[in-house]
Amino acid sequence: MNALGDILSQGAQMSLVLGLAPLLTGFVRKVKARLLRRRGPPLLQPYRDLVRLMRKDVVLADNASWLFRVIPYLIFSGTWVAASLVPTFGNGLLFSWTADLIAIIALLGSARFFQALAGMDVGTAFGGIGSSREVMIASLAEPAMLITVFSVAMIAGSTQLANVAEFMGSDAVGLRVSLGMAFVALTIMALAENARIPVDNPATHLELTMVHEAMVLEYSGRHLALIDLSSQLKLLLYVSLIACVFVPWGMATADASVDRFAFGALLYLGKLTVLGFLLAVFETSIAKMRVFRIPEFLGAALMLALLATLLRFVSGSL
Amino acid sequence: MGILDGIPHVHAVSSHRPWPRALVTEAGWQVAIDRLVEGSLTLLGFWGEPTAVHMAMLEAGSAEIAVVTYACAAGTFPGVAGRHPPALRLERTIHDLFGLVPTAAADDLRPDLRPWLDHGAWGKSYPLSGSNAARHVQPYQFLPAEGEALHQVAVGPVHAGIIEPGHFRFTANGEHVVRLEQWLGYTHKGIEQLMQGADLEAAARLANRTSGDSAVAYAFAFARAAEVALDIEVPRRANYLRALMAELERLANHFGDIGAICNDASFALMHAQTGILRERTLRAADAAFGHRLMMDAVVPGGVARDIAPDGIPALRTLLAEIEKVFPRLIELYDNTASLQDRTVTTGIVKAEYARQFGAGGYVGRASGRNFDARRNLAYAPYDHLSFEVPVLEAGDVNARIWIRIREVEQSVGLIAQILDLMVPGEIRSTLPAGRGACEGLALTEAFRGDVLVWLRLDGELRVERCHLRDASWFQWPLLETAIEGNIIADFPLCNKSFNCSYSGADL
Repeated sequence: MNALGDILSQGAQMSLVLGLAPLLTGFVRKVKARLLRRRGPPLLQPYRDLVRLMRKDVVLADNASWLFRVIPYLIFSGTWVAASLVPTFGNGLLFSWTADLIAIIALLGSARFFQALAGMDVGTAFGGIGSSREVMIASLAEPAMLITVFSVAMIAGSTQLANVAEFMGSDAVGLRVSLGMAFVALTIMALAENARIPVDNPATHLELTMVHEAMVLEYSGRHLALIDLSSQLKLLLYVSLIACVFVPWGMATADASVDRFAFGALLYLGKLTVLGFLLAVFETSIAKMRVFRIPEFLGAALMLALLATLLRFVSGSL
Repeated sequence: MGILDGIPHVHAVSSHRPWPRALVTEAGWQVAIDRLVEGSLTLLGFWGEPTAVHMAMLEAGSAEIAVVTYACAAGTFPGVAGRHPPALRLERTIHDLFGLVPTAAADDLRPDLRPWLDHGAWGKSYPLSGSNAARHVQPYQFLPAEGEALHQVAVGPVHAGIIEPGHFRFTANGEHVVRLEQWLGYTHKGIEQLMQGADLEAAARLANRTSGDSAVAYAFAFARAAEVALDIEVPRRANYLRALMAELERLANHFGDIGAICNDASFALMHAQTGILRERTLRAADAAFGHRLMMDAVVPGGVARDIAPDGIPALRTLLAEIEKVFPRLIELYDNTASLQDRTVTTGIVKAEYARQFGAGGYVGRASGRNFDARRNLAYAPYDHLSFEVPVLEAGDVNARIWIRIREVEQSVGLIAQILDLMVPGEIRSTLPAGRGACEGLALTEAFRGDVLVWLRLDGELRVERCHLRDASWFQWPLLETAIEGNIIADFPLCNKSFNCSYSGADL
């Protein structure tokens, strides 16, 4: 493929994640509503909400600093770039040499850092509570995430997602205990990072129980739209990441034909649907944890990831 | 006259029914407080008039009730709250409305005169005092909590959800709550003032609207207070219909609560399922009595309308559905470990406090206080219906859910009994006029606890003075104690398991 093709496919990937992210959120909400015997909002509601917020004026607290206004853009750009780095329908994209798992974690980590800062910027009690809880979760989730990445990287022999996906898709993998553990650990992390039940509840109206929502309570208008879109992108990112590492089949390679790409895209949509459905079912069947249970929950993820790495050290075949 | 034997009093008021009311001097008033403090009596109500204060007290063992009245000659009365904390908010309310000032027995018991209902928005002070005395207004002071690492979280009065307004001031150390202080009064409607001079029909409508979710219980209590004051009997069929409505109301509210508590632990499945049951109950109530909340159906003398012809089959269908679905929901609740993890040992109300405050309803019964007005005071028609009153000792959110679950089962049984027992006949007695001034006191069991109505009628069936006391008056303060040592994130769960009324307590 020539340079133009590379740019095109990378561009397609970037717009694809941006366009699909609200749909995934809408889909999860719809499934959850159906499971509760409710009709639920239309699938396209998240797009409408974003448009509505974009049109609205921004209301700022008097004591909001410049950082408070800049942060939504920082979070959005960081999350978007991170989401575009995860191979979705095709592999070997233009940016794939930067698509390093550690880089993705770093991008998300910075976005989170700024989000926590913004939560405290205006000085409301809820923002402070939200930020402190978020940082508590992050301090456990990020090490667990890194160790999971190590175990996957040791098996695949690379931290570059393109290589990981290629290796996982090949016959060389086989059934491995360490991979299973890494999968469970990554799933737990995905739940925690995306503020889903049982760690946080994206649909709650109870200020005192919020984590993510408490940090963004003071945002409005286009700022809120960007933050919401970032959250949706992050959910898509994690779902894509799980799909790319653990079910990478059907992904188009860099030099594949257009119909291979189309097939890959179709398969990717299927993967999103299945994983989104599973997420909705899981969230419906469980209550939220007490705040101080979260460390235990994430600690389990950390231990699983650690065990996966150790197993890999002890025996190359596990 | 069990209770009053032990309290020195000047004379008993003859027209007060069914329990005695006596005028006491300061000595008698203090003896009454002594008995409250030592726990042999429970405070049921504490309310004012422009020149007097009344205290209703219950003796738990004998289910005797008595009212003592202290005439405030100098606009003051010996303070109760300084010695018996459950009276605190009621005492502050008396001061807000009537300008009567509690005096302290000792210097270290200085009365708390911070406003409670009065938020400075009425345009006048002491609205029921009859005088134009102005009050020195200063910004509301929350009680201090001192410590280096403490910070305050102010919640409300406007909340993110669609709930009633109330302010909660948390002092916390990180996630741990050190102190919670509530400030209510945002939904004050001036019901007691509106009652004054209203005819019985209008007053009954007001009572109905004191707390919308307990419309039947309030109307029932008000009607019974008027009936005992006038000393009239209610037709048997009317009594059955009233109990039928009261149990339907209890069912609907308990279904709503059980689901809402689970929803606050983000377990929306339960909320959705009990929401369906609640809706079916309300629709059955609508089919039977023409109004989903059965407002204005209970009136002094009987009931306003008979059950609709298709109401009985509608109710039987409802019972069948509840009996089919509800056991599965109980099983779901019991088997969801993540949910149990949230509710068990969260927000414990000590049995000692439940007894001291005389907490009614599921709050008291989950903490070992074995009191249900339907059984202990055995008013018609519950005196010849058979039902059990569930009591638990744990006092946590889980226990409060289980009390509700058991009460749902009892209410289903009661409705079935009433449908079988209901006799045809009159549904309303006429009210006799010209019997002279008279007073009545009645308690009924609303879904959240006992509602007390005290009423004085003039000779022409008009209300001279009426006091409505919601069960929440004695439950709100316990919420403050229940959350201590818990974490901030668990407050919504505790709060929902109490589900106190804002409107009922704000009057």
